Amino acid sequence: MNSLLSQEVPLSWYLLLSALLFALGIVGFLIKRNLITVFMSIELMLNAVNLSFVTFAQMWHAVKGQIFVFFVMVVAAAEAAVGLAIIIAVFRARATLAVDRIDEMKL
Amino acid sequence: MNAPLHLWLIPLLPFAGFLFNGLLGRKLPKALVTAVALLAPLASFAVVLNATATPYLHVAPRCMPCGPPNWGYITLPYVETCPLGWINVASLHIDFSFVLDQLSLVMLLVVTGVGFLIHVYSAGYMAHEEGYWRYFSYLNLFMFFMTVLVLAGNALLMFVGWEGVGLASYLLIGFYFQKKSAADAGKKAFIVNRIGDFGFLIGIFLLIANFGTLTFTDITAKLDGNPLLQGSAITAIALCLLLGATGKSAQLPLYIWLPDAMEGPTPVSALIHAATMVTAGVYMMARTHVLFDHSPFALSVVAIIGGATALFAATIALVQTDIKRVLAYSTVSQLGYMFLGCGVAAYSAAIFHLVTHAFFKALLFLAAGSVIHGLGGEQDLRKMGGLRKKMPITFAVTTVGVLAISGFWPFAGFYSKDEILFEAYTYGYIGRFVWFMGLLTALLTSFYMFRLWYLAFMGESRSPEIHPHESPWSMRGPLVILALLSIGGGWIWKLGFFDFLAPAVGVPIHHIYVLKADFEYWEMMEHFLSIGAVAVAVLGWYIAHRLYAQKPAEPAQIAAALPTGYKLLANKYYVDEIYGAVIIKPLLAFSKYFLDWVVDVAILGGIAWLLGGIAQLTGALLQRWQSGNIRSYAAWLAAGAAVVLLFVIVQWPAAVTTFFDIHLHGLGN
Repeated sequence: MNSLLSQEVPLSWYLLLSALLFALGIVGFLIKRNLITVFMSIELMLNAVNLSFVTFAQMWHAVKGQIFVFFVMVVAAAEAAVGLAIIIAVFRARATLAVDRIDEMKL
Repeated sequence: MNAPLHLWLIPLLPFAGFLFNGLLGRKLPKALVTAVALLAPLASFAVVLNATATPYLHVAPRCMPCGPPNWGYITLPYVETCPLGWINVASLHIDFSFVLDQLSLVMLLVVTGVGFLIHVYSAGYMAHEEGYWRYFSYLNLFMFFMTVLVLAGNALLMFVGWEGVGLASYLLIGFYFQKKSAADAGKKAFIVNRIGDFGFLIGIFLLIANFGTLTFTDITAKLDGNPLLQGSAITAIALCLLLGATGKSAQLPLYIWLPDAMEGPTPVSALIHAATMVTAGVYMMARTHVLFDHSPFALSVVAIIGGATALFAATIALVQTDIKRVLAYSTVSQLGYMFLGCGVAAYSAAIFHLVTHAFFKALLFLAAGSVIHGLGGEQDLRKMGGLRKKMPITFAVTTVGVLAISGFWPFAGFYSKDEILFEAYTYGYIGRFVWFMGLLTALLTSFYMFRLWYLAFMGESRSPEIHPHESPWSMRGPLVILALLSIGGGWIWKLGFFDFLAPAVGVPIHHIYVLKADFEYWEMMEHFLSIGAVAVAVLGWYIAHRLYAQKPAEPAQIAAALPTGYKLLANKYYVDEIYGAVIIKPLLAFSKYFLDWVVDVAILGGIAWLLGGIAQLTGALLQRWQSGNIRSYAAWLAAGAAVVLLFVIVQWPAAVTTFFDIHLHGLGN
């Protein structure tokens, strides 16, 4: 029986998914007004890149891609911590998270 | 083997003096300024004398029949080249090279010797002037450039000196720059000389184009290889150089700056505008004589210009009342003589006249300066008179100068003027023509010089309120030395000046074919012509004596009888006015209406406005891009990344090739 499940998913699908996620991230980054959504879009792009990293690692049988993913995750975690702290500070100061409104450095 | 002569010291010592006095002189005591200013040219003169003496100190006696003199220790031309080149472009090589040959040696002796005497005189004459240090630094600067001009081994280095003496001349004419007429005269001299320099420069370019070198010896060698070579190129070069010479040496039609240059201090008139700088044109033609020798047409032009200028300027000098103006026109006239000499290929005679003229004209100018000094600044001949008792030494030396310039035997002017007239007489039809002009000029010269002499020194004083005094010894000393030179200077011709200069300026061809062929006839002719020239000079004296000593009322009557002629002469043939109306006014109108309004305001202003407008418009459009909106920047970033990606992914070479294939194929069909 040659069912759909017994077949392996081709690697190019992973890449396509990665590109799709990345594009979604870009679009979200560009069009969303809410700072938290923008931030999530960035996370989405990072994870899209992670997906392509592991895909290529699988494709070339190289472990470097896998290792890089961990680096990205570490950086993303650090970034999330700092970024969310900033967002909270901004919200406390401005009482809004709309990116268009927070276009001045001065409080 | 040549011993080093250190020619480079000759210009550099005055230059050091210029720097010292120019930079520090204002603060220094007068005695130190004077000492430096006088020592610099004296040291140069010493170097020149050393160079002169070296050959004679180390050679065996000269052997006349066996060709050129045996120079032994120093072979002339002696060249000193700066080891660092100057201009090296493709096949063109120009060096800083100084050349000492018979011609530059003679010229150097005159420049540094007479120059030093005039420095000494200046120390007395300028003693009470403001800007004493400035005066002497300019004078030293002049000595620097003049010696560079004389020593230059190529046309470009000569041009450097040529421009430099023009600068020094400008600075010194405008020395009393608070006076508007002096500042204007300086500008006039500079601008008129620019026209001549333009000719010189074009001549230099043509030399490079036709000969590929500017070194005088190379040009001579190239032309000497082809004695029959003639051509329009050589004529063009010679005429361009002639234009340069007419500017610097104040010949028709560019002589107009020299009379105005008398606004400068009198020693400057003596040094720069009589003895040395204005003779640079003659020197330059003697230096490049091979070019003129190969172009009979250019040579004839030189002769005609010289003769015409000599006569023209002499007629103006007849009626001038300013003592310095008389001498200025006389200088123009005598320079005309030198051109006349060059024009009949008698370069050694022209250089000889240059030397004697440097003596007696410097003498006359310095004597005039002494008169002006003694009279407290009075320059009008009509207000002088009777000075012979008050200023006996000035009177004596002026008498020597007047006799010398008028050509009385045995004064220096007799020999040199005579030689030029004789050479002209032997030189075909053009020669006869300019000879006649020269003879007429000699008559006028004698007349106006004795007129000056009578008006200034004889009779009774016409301004009793002025009490003239004799000048100090620093002024009288140079006068006496120059007077001795004006008396005895002519004998250098007898000592073999012609043979001495021959290696540098060549021997005119007609000397060989005409003079040698019938030697006795021409020798007799020379005596005959000499007697004629002296007779003419005596006649000039007699007329002056009659008009200004015996019947002092008569000149005014003659002037009244010939109002048109007198007015024409008194106004210098209205040449300045004609130039003003024909050249300057149209030029000013053209500058104002066309260059200013059309070119500057309309065209250039319009272009500037247009460019500014385009920039502003583009700025206004691009401004929107820089919105300050982070997300729009991010969008551009993403778009840019997409374009880069597109570039990487698409197989450009193939795609482009296909595109072109289709395109070209389509065109082919």
